[in-house]
Amino acid sequence: MKAGKMILFFVAGGLFGTGLAISGMTDPARVIGFLDLFGAWDPALLFVMAGAVGVYGLGMLMLRRMKNRDLKLPSPTPSPIDRQLIVGSAIFGVGWGLGGFCPGPALANLGALRVEALLFVPAMAIGMFLAQRFFGAD
Amino acid sequence: MNHYTLWHALIGGILIGLASLLATVLSGKIPGISGVFGRLLVAATPDKAWRAVFLFGLIGGAALSFALWQSAGLFRPMRPLVVMAIAGLLVGFGTRLGGGCTSGHGVCGVGMGAKDSIAATLIFIVTAMMIVFIYNRVVL
Repeated sequence: MKAGKMILFFVAGGLFGTGLAISGMTDPARVIGFLDLFGAWDPALLFVMAGAVGVYGLGMLMLRRMKNRDLKLPSPTPSPIDRQLIVGSAIFGVGWGLGGFCPGPALANLGALRVEALLFVPAMAIGMFLAQRFFGAD
Repeated sequence: MNHYTLWHALIGGILIGLASLLATVLSGKIPGISGVFGRLLVAATPDKAWRAVFLFGLIGGAALSFALWQSAGLFRPMRPLVVMAIAGLLVGFGTRLGGGCTSGHGVCGVGMGAKDSIAATLIFIVTAMMIVFIYNRVVL
């Protein structure tokens, strides 16, 4: 792959990490504050999702309308809602609620060498490896 | 930039959306963080280079933001370390089994109106809310 494309991948990652940090989603207290409906509820995560979903949805709509043959876009056909998806998402939800970290923010916090992330990320890698190796997750 | 407002949440979200869009165009794939990372752990994955570069960019962008803006650097740990380790294991296993996380299902899938991603997102948000309720009100 060309070096220019790799630089753009680095830029995309950099924008992602900057967005996570600016939005406050790297702070587990803010994430758990959103998930805690019966506490001092924090709506921030909803605003993050609104911004991200809105931009991505609109952007993909425009890209698909362009019908550019050189543009390779992921298939818009959704996967079936099967037992793997339901059980997997529920297990993810348990972990998310326990730690206040989902994969992006956990990785982002490696950038500050926070001990929570230094523990969470290797554990997450083990979990991913097990799902992929023994439960056919792809 | 040092006083956090909901504008920070919205602008950060827009950046995440733009980054995901750019990575989608570049890779031709849905760039959910759990999938990008998880497939790095599979020996047979042919396109490891961009995945690693993208994730290094993510960590670098976050590190820079933490250093530049006080509000971005705010970090309030909520759980003991042993709970964080268990949570990591569950997040890793669950996201790969369920085919996505907050970015792949939550941002990209929901953004495209994909029914499977909408279902997955509802499931993990509701489950997480139940766990936070139990942890904060029953365990503590």
